[in-house]
Amino acid sequence: MNAFFYHFMYDFRTGLRDKSLLLLNYLFPLGFYILMGLLMTGLNPTFAPTMIPTMILVAMMACTLLGLPNPVVESREAGIFRSFKINGVPALSIITIPLLSSMVHILLVSAIITVTAGPLFGAGLPVNWGYFVLILFLTGFTMASIGMLIGVVSPNSRSIVLFSQAIFLPSMILGGLMVPSSMLPPALYRVSLLLPTTYAMNAWRGLAFGLPPTVDPRLSMLVLLASAIIAFGLAIYLFNWDSKNRQAGHNPLLGLLALLPYVLGVLFLVS
Amino acid sequence: MQDDVVTVKEFRKIYGGTVAVDSISFDVRKGEIFGLLGPNGAGKTTTMETLEGLRQPTAGSMSVMGVDPVRTPADLHKLIGVQLQSSSLPGSMTPHEAMEFFCAYHQVPSRHDLLDRLGLSEKKSAQFSTLSTGQQRRLALALAIAHEPPVVLLDEPTAGLDVGSRVELHEVMRELQAKGTTIILATHDMAEAEKMADRVAILLKGRIAAEGSPTQLTAAGKGLVKISVSSESASLSQGTIAFPAVSQQMIKDEYVIFYSRDAGETVPAVLEYLKAQDDHLVDLRVERPSLEDRFLEITQPDQPVGGQS
Repeated sequence: MNAFFYHFMYDFRTGLRDKSLLLLNYLFPLGFYILMGLLMTGLNPTFAPTMIPTMILVAMMACTLLGLPNPVVESREAGIFRSFKINGVPALSIITIPLLSSMVHILLVSAIITVTAGPLFGAGLPVNWGYFVLILFLTGFTMASIGMLIGVVSPNSRSIVLFSQAIFLPSMILGGLMVPSSMLPPALYRVSLLLPTTYAMNAWRGLAFGLPPTVDPRLSMLVLLASAIIAFGLAIYLFNWDSKNRQAGHNPLLGLLALLPYVLGVLFLVS
Repeated sequence: MQDDVVTVKEFRKIYGGTVAVDSISFDVRKGEIFGLLGPNGAGKTTTMETLEGLRQPTAGSMSVMGVDPVRTPADLHKLIGVQLQSSSLPGSMTPHEAMEFFCAYHQVPSRHDLLDRLGLSEKKSAQFSTLSTGQQRRLALALAIAHEPPVVLLDEPTAGLDVGSRVELHEVMRELQAKGTTIILATHDMAEAEKMADRVAILLKGRIAAEGSPTQLTAAGKGLVKISVSSESASLSQGTIAFPAVSQQMIKDEYVIFYSRDAGETVPAVLEYLKAQDDHLVDLRVERPSLEDRFLEITQPDQPVGGQS
């Protein structure tokens, strides 16, 4: 427990003192939040009611999809995991601790956004705080698990950019952040159901903010939970200590299984 | 043998179609420094990393104090301390944090005194990425021995170290040995192996080409004594002169070098020759064959003794 706690505290500090992680964990999401608050609330009156979950999702994606995978690949390539292995650091700690510290960064940024968005920009506040926090934890865990899985299966930094942006950019446009999913054309709506943010926004709208959801918000939570469990399990299963000594039989393509809940969502949640 | 701490039996490792290590066997006894020598690609690091549990053998078996590195790697961490040839720490981690971090996982109190001992006291709070190569290697050694493991594996520990750091590291190794720690040392540095190791194994193309104490290995070679002579008029370099017991002769800088089976016969003859030529001796050195000479004899059998002539 002592080692786990020390490792966690070290990892959390790294998220603050590493410049690129500081940028992705705090500076970018909070800067973007202020910018959007100043611009969008004036331009788009429908933005204010969902500003808080939207900005939290941007912060989550920056922290997990953009920030989490790179240290995993760099550590594997530089032999850091080899040093960890010979000193008895378990793989489970290597997977779990960055995920947990990312969750803490997300919670801190989410708290700042939630507390200030109302007074500063007139953002709508949750009507059900319990669901708000529950969905916050669930979505954070889902995003962090996906980010960790991307780090585990990516052979290099270029692949990380490819995989992360394949989720980040469509999520910004189609994931219910800027435009409600219900306003998308049918074909794009189907595509949006491949993105975790669509389900998170739907769950928050329906259960926490008293807004009309597109599909049953409890099913959205179920999809997020299934995705989190599968991505987390695959990250552990596919984890490699050493890029030069990959274990036979653990094909990184298995990582695509993390898409399964979203594919089922496309098949069964389109009315 | 009862006091064998590390045993390697018929260890074989194949990468793709390439045989990296071909059925080698050796034992390391308690409290000894065992050197693994060999040119690049001989299989030293593969052997070390398999002993450390980082790789799996294709065939054969290994044990460290009765623990199989492949089957029970969790038990291995308490028994071994490792300084890898290529390893790293997170760039933002400080030596102080690294010591706390690894000691926490080993469940032992932090050994910050080792950082002082290895000359890292002023760099305790510096980030790993800002440390020099030598400082990074000294930190790796401090971390490897912090939990006082009975077996320490060092892969090229002095690569990139300055002379002072190298001497310091050798002192630490001697201290560890005095406490009963067994050390396996993979190195290119023949002088280091000759000075530090009780026994060595020379690996060549994945096989053990020779094994024994440095003295035994040296004695098992051609046993030629190296006689280097420099004179004022360089009369010895005017063509090849047949001196008794000399099997090879070469010129290097201002020296004529003879490899002799019997220095007692060769040296007086050389001095007699110089006197006859009215030449004056500037320098005369007689050296017994070194482990490096023996190593070159084994690894480069086609080359003349002592290198190019």
